[in-house]
Amino acid sequence: MDIVLQQLVNGLTLGSVYGLIAIGYTMVYGIIGMINFAHGDVYMVSAYLTAISIALLTFFGVQSFPFIIFGALVFTIVITGAYGWVIERVAYRPLRNSSRLSVLISAIGMSLILQNYVQLSQGPNQQGVPTLLSGAFRFYVGDGFVQITYMKVMILLIAFTGMAVLTYIIQKTKLGRMCRATQQDRKMASILGIDTDKVISSVFVIGSAMAALAGVLVTLDYGAFDFYIGFIMGIKAFTAAVLGGIGSLPGAMLGGIILGLSESLFAGLVSSDYKDVFSFSLLVLILIIRPSGLLGKPAVEKV
Amino acid sequence: MSNAVIRKTLISIAVAGAATLAQAEVVIGVAGPHTGAYAAFGEQLWKGAEQAAKDINAAGGIDGEMIKLVKADDACEPKQAVSVANRLVDSDDAIAVIGHFCSSSTQPASNIYAEAGVLMVTPASTNPTITDRGLPNVFRVCGRDDQQGQVAASYIVDTLKAKRVAIIHDKDTYGKGLADAMKLSLNNKGSTEVMYEGLTRGEKDFNALVTKIRSVNADVLYFGGLHSEAGPLVRQLREQGSKAIFMSGDGIVSDEFVTVAGGPQYVDGVMMTFGADPMSYPAGKSVVKEFQANGYEPEGYTLYSYTAMQVTAAALSHTNLDPIKAAEWLHANSVDTVMGKKSFDEKGDLTVSDYVMYEWNDKGKYIQQN
Repeated sequence: MDIVLQQLVNGLTLGSVYGLIAIGYTMVYGIIGMINFAHGDVYMVSAYLTAISIALLTFFGVQSFPFIIFGALVFTIVITGAYGWVIERVAYRPLRNSSRLSVLISAIGMSLILQNYVQLSQGPNQQGVPTLLSGAFRFYVGDGFVQITYMKVMILLIAFTGMAVLTYIIQKTKLGRMCRATQQDRKMASILGIDTDKVISSVFVIGSAMAALAGVLVTLDYGAFDFYIGFIMGIKAFTAAVLGGIGSLPGAMLGGIILGLSESLFAGLVSSDYKDVFSFSLLVLILIIRPSGLLGKPAVEKV
Repeated sequence: MSNAVIRKTLISIAVAGAATLAQAEVVIGVAGPHTGAYAAFGEQLWKGAEQAAKDINAAGGIDGEMIKLVKADDACEPKQAVSVANRLVDSDDAIAVIGHFCSSSTQPASNIYAEAGVLMVTPASTNPTITDRGLPNVFRVCGRDDQQGQVAASYIVDTLKAKRVAIIHDKDTYGKGLADAMKLSLNNKGSTEVMYEGLTRGEKDFNALVTKIRSVNADVLYFGGLHSEAGPLVRQLREQGSKAIFMSGDGIVSDEFVTVAGGPQYVDGVMMTFGADPMSYPAGKSVVKEFQANGYEPEGYTLYSYTAMQVTAAALSHTNLDPIKAAEWLHANSVDTVMGKKSFDEKGDLTVSDYVMYEWNDKGKYIQQN
């Protein structure tokens, strides 16, 4: 019993991180119909920015943990957002009216550029940040226990707050309304006076900011990263986005959590050798039953 | 000085430079993960070989010819290892190679060197299949995983007297090979593991696996793999409140292990099998001092790489720079190195291996156990 509960906690934290990154994939796909393969690497960049911000804050004598994490979040989210904006401006906007394939290639190129740039500028070695917050809650269940580190609790709190804030922005604000209008029909939206280029830019900034949120949390939790972490994380988050229905915001969050839970439960209760096989089989199964994902809208054939 | 004179001087300098370049050189490749997640090991290999080449060149080179090192980066990827091996053989004209590091890279690359008649001495690849295939040109100056696994299994059963052993590996040639070797020795000693599973290289979240290790009440967790996965694994083990002893092999012998584990408090008490401390050899001490004088701590495989270069140079100098004859010579003769006298059996393995148990302390250093 304690083991199942512990696996649920593991899966939920991992899944919320997948969900945060999946948001970037799903929003970009929703609005311009492209898969941003550089998104995983944006997440990787945010891990390095987290380490840089912690080093800077410690250098300027900031010692208390809440200030450090607040500072790291602000610094990383702002600069990663800027990365997102620049990537869209440089690699995708010039190709706005060309075929989908060109944009895809451009995205893969951007991903390689980011990886190699970080490898060359920061060195190819494994990097780490010191443990800032240690300690854990321990709950006794039967004759075992469930142990949740403070860091994991914080990941869950911040991730879900981030998702809630984003849902509010998309549902209730003017920016959100413009996003949804552009998503439904870009041409019509621009005829009605919406600057769709600006909306697309802000979608990239929002997606990158969410990846940055995940980057800060994961870096503080695992403490280790290198220039290659974006690859696996990107694939997993993309899977989560497809699972939940690419283009759907709640779908990305749900997909992330389902993927995290299924990985943890399968690895814990059956075998960790085959956990990826299981997750991807689950994906195939769901796509057979619901081709547009769990919460995705079925594609309507235009006649 | 007029312009013409300057020009003349420059030309004569250039000619002199070209003359030194034209003097024959011995090209030796240093192959390993110089980039990527395991670049720390590539650096150990490079630093060791570089220092050895410098010392040999200072003493007159190999038969008067200077050693020229070529860096070859395999990123610990078998496919890339094959392409850099081809490059070393075809365009760099290397006659010997120090490397590779990861067994999964060394194995395919060694076939290419065998075909091209290039001498290969690996400082660090410990998988038994590297030499078991009987290639005549392949040597190693480190031990084998079956020897390493035996030391680990004896320590677990005889010294720790642990009953419940969980074995985890990273599904790679080296990691799984080491885990299997240790499992075999453990089973031969009449003990059966309570868990045997693989994890995915490159991932950082092993919480689900850690919970499972907790659920089988393991006393000892034996990990076959490298430090970039061992670090997060041991940290998450401690964060979930497990007190199981973490034991691994020579794949974690780098300062970076402490960094990726999140600090020395997490590596405290980690056990590791590795060759006996090279500092214990009198010849090793002066070389270690030389490294330290240059601001580099020769950790892990640095001195092994130095040794590999010495072995290569000795063999080449005795056989008039013929790599095929050099390989035959090495099978028959022994070489004095910074790590003592090294001699090789017919497969290219060391005749004497010296694995011992180390323990990491709360300062992030590893200390030899008696």
